[in-house]
Amino acid sequence: MLLEGKKGLVLNVVNKNSIGWAIAEAAAAHGAQVGVGAQNDRMLEGVNKLIGDNSAFTPFVVDFTDDGQLEALAEQVKKVYGKVDFVVHSAAYANREDLAGRFIETSRDGFATALDISAFSLVALCRVLEPVMNDGGSVTALSYLGSTRAAGNYNVMGVAKAALESAVRYLAQDLGGRDIRVNTLSPGPINTVAARGVKDLGKMIEHVQEKGFLASPFGQAEVGGSAVYLMSDLSKGVTGQIIFIDNGYNVAAL
Amino acid sequence: MTDQEILAKVTKVTVEELSVKEEEVTEAASFTEDLGADSLDVVELVMAFEEEFGIDIPDDDVAQLKTVGDAVNYIKAKK
Repeated sequence: MLLEGKKGLVLNVVNKNSIGWAIAEAAAAHGAQVGVGAQNDRMLEGVNKLIGDNSAFTPFVVDFTDDGQLEALAEQVKKVYGKVDFVVHSAAYANREDLAGRFIETSRDGFATALDISAFSLVALCRVLEPVMNDGGSVTALSYLGSTRAAGNYNVMGVAKAALESAVRYLAQDLGGRDIRVNTLSPGPINTVAARGVKDLGKMIEHVQEKGFLASPFGQAEVGGSAVYLMSDLSKGVTGQIIFIDNGYNVAAL
Repeated sequence: MTDQEILAKVTKVTVEELSVKEEEVTEAASFTEDLGADSLDVVELVMAFEEEFGIDIPDDDVAQLKTVGDAVNYIKAKK
């Protein structure tokens, strides 16, 4: 069991299709105690349904836009776990109208919202959780290739993911002194509620699954596997990195 | 699949996703106005229909699915 004795958080989860949920399940399957986040009380209902009576999971509520809730999260984590070994940041948001058509039309507010929730939140989260993380721990964020390539309709979220990936490198620098590793998983497009905010997601999925090198499609479970690697001691020495789970699509030329 | 079978499955999925009572899920019921679905619920519902019936429901078609009856007719045409 790669994560035997480890405790950590996966923030946040919406439903059974959430990448965060696949990561939480994979972590629990490898022996971890996992705090599963919900953005608010409405989402908590869904999270509680997923958790059921499995004692490996504990629900937490945290809205990344609320500094007070972030502080409260750290307090609650201290109470429930004492300290944690891993944190997975799995949250992003942009206004629906900014995830279709021309990027040039993005409003000032829309830009700020996307960057705040999708990128700054990682910085804020690491800051509040730093005191409750064990040395040698692991922080993992979720990104997408739209950060370095222009992907149709992904638009402002691509800019937000570029900021997120850069933040990962700077956080890796800051937390390295305590041997805390900070990395990003970058899955190809996957059919989740969050991803459905991007117009024509179905076409993106079809394209990437067709062009990727591997015969079997990738999905949530494959992301869960790489997440377990990053949370485990097998990835000691690895920090500030982006790991792609896209069947190799990101290195294909045609 | 008969119309009745489609309706039964649509009803089952709707009850599960929106946490409503089965008797509320009539063909005329609007997902948002009568069954209390918000925008997130609608996305989850559409994804649940896709999974249940093995079909793709493109974004541009989602607006057509206002009522339970709309969903049944849409799925019937797709199958």
